[in-house]
Amino acid sequence: MNQNVLNTIAHEKNSHQLEVYKSKGGYSSLVNLINITPEQVINEVKKSNLRGRGGAGFPTAKKWTFLPNDDRARYLVCNADEGEPGTFKDRFLMNKLPHQIIEGMIIAAYAIKSKTAYIYIRGEFVKEYKIMEQALKEAYDANILGKDLNIYLYRGAGAYICGEETALLNSLEGKRGEPRNKPPFPAHVGAFGMPTCVNNVETFTSLPWIINHGGDAFAKLGVGLSGGTRLFSVSGHIKNPGVYELPMTFTIKQLIDHCGGIPDGKKLKAIIPGGASAPMMTADEIETPLDFDSIAKAGSMAGSGAIIVMDETTCIVEAAARLLKFYEHESCGQCSQCREGSHWLARLFDRLEKGLGNESDLALIEDICSNMIGQTICAFSEAMTGPALSSIRKFKSEFLEHINNKGCPHKLHLKEKEVSHVL
Amino acid sequence: MPLSKNIQNKMRDLKSHFPTEQALLIPLLHALQEEHGWISLENMKEAASFLNLPLMKVREVVSFYTMFNQKPIGKIHLQICTNISCWLKGADHLLECAEKKLKIKSGETTEDGKFTISKVECLGSCGTAPVLQMNEEYFENLSADHLNELLKKWELELNEGKTHLGKVQL
Repeated sequence: MNQNVLNTIAHEKNSHQLEVYKSKGGYSSLVNLINITPEQVINEVKKSNLRGRGGAGFPTAKKWTFLPNDDRARYLVCNADEGEPGTFKDRFLMNKLPHQIIEGMIIAAYAIKSKTAYIYIRGEFVKEYKIMEQALKEAYDANILGKDLNIYLYRGAGAYICGEETALLNSLEGKRGEPRNKPPFPAHVGAFGMPTCVNNVETFTSLPWIINHGGDAFAKLGVGLSGGTRLFSVSGHIKNPGVYELPMTFTIKQLIDHCGGIPDGKKLKAIIPGGASAPMMTADEIETPLDFDSIAKAGSMAGSGAIIVMDETTCIVEAAARLLKFYEHESCGQCSQCREGSHWLARLFDRLEKGLGNESDLALIEDICSNMIGQTICAFSEAMTGPALSSIRKFKSEFLEHINNKGCPHKLHLKEKEVSHVL
Repeated sequence: MPLSKNIQNKMRDLKSHFPTEQALLIPLLHALQEEHGWISLENMKEAASFLNLPLMKVREVVSFYTMFNQKPIGKIHLQICTNISCWLKGADHLLECAEKKLKIKSGETTEDGKFTISKVECLGSCGTAPVLQMNEEYFENLSADHLNELLKKWELELNEGKTHLGKVQL
């Protein structure tokens, strides 16, 4: 039994158009909204156990209640700066269901009493920007927007760190996207110094269903303290990659089977269960359910719901090296632990991958990582220790193989493939 | 040189969206890059004077964001993602093909100024990996053969004098 909460009409032709969205019951939650107070909305969302879908999984209603009860201007921001490697669900939602995002934003803005909202879209998503722009225009023309709420679009310019909410706010203000020290939290001092709430695209997309069907019904779709269904972005060595809406009771194994399994009869080696920052999991751990708490208990994190599947031919050392190179590139450079640590980790993994490392490098990696956790302005530094530590701990034999062979054992057959394709 | 009329009008329309003038900086830089292909020091000075900001505030923003080109790039900017999901699906091979075909390395521009290749991080297209972004357009599930065809096609179109390949009017 699959309940479609998020992915309501994405399969319909022109699902991004207002007319189509409305004909399938879109914007109906706004009628219900008239009869309830903002406090009741918050209460309903609280009952739903909706947790932020951006990666941290913080309870949405709780985040809303942090806003002070005063009459200053306050902002609502939709975080559409999707950039976590492996994640592409927000792009899917913007392409297919822009009006559902807008509807969700209207509900959230009503709950937190905001009259101005921004959608911060990553700069590379030009097509999605155009679709959102068109959807907003339709909503303004239909008087859905404009009276109680204005929503403006804002384009990022290519910085992964702007997905971190305070970095995003700096970027929105026309500054470098560097995360801010907390406290003060955005709920008190956010965009332009005013109380601000930042939520993820998918979080907003869940709200219309909660208002229409009630928080309890949403909570029931989930498991424990994680309410609702979730969008999973499945990529890598998988037969049918894509965005899937599934209950969080699904185990990793069920999800892989649901997506057609691993191509060419290959065996599974590892998965990354929540985007690049989530510690890797081995093939032995695939009976773990996909909800936030179960994955956390298994020592990883559900993060953004991005499942990256790697089959037996994958070189874990190189996979980790790629990820660390990414973090080196994207570190904003404010904190020395992160700026230097990312650089050294990237160099160490690169050296190990090339077969130039030695066993003491593994201890050095542990040591560097231990100095990167909990010492920086934002969680970015800690995030990169996920792939770094999990790879050397869970796949130590592969690292030793690289060290002892003085090279990558996977490279040989790859080389052959490359030569055959020279143009 | 002052900002073009087109950009000035765009900024005027955006002004009411934000409580501060500084918030217009990134939209302004996007608009400048759209017009010139890159952002020169001259452009930064124009932006600074238009928004009443110290030049430093503009330079620090330009240098922070990877999308802002601080030097001229080719008419066709090929950005190939080599992050994990694309790598698993053979992005390295695509990159190698493009480099061989155009006889440049990533980060370089061909002598005729037509093509630039960049290795980039995740473009949010992991389910349809590997992906290439040509200027502003995505090409997903890309194979080496298809890339080869595209390169030929773009070269031809450039020679025919076509501009704005892969550009979306914002």
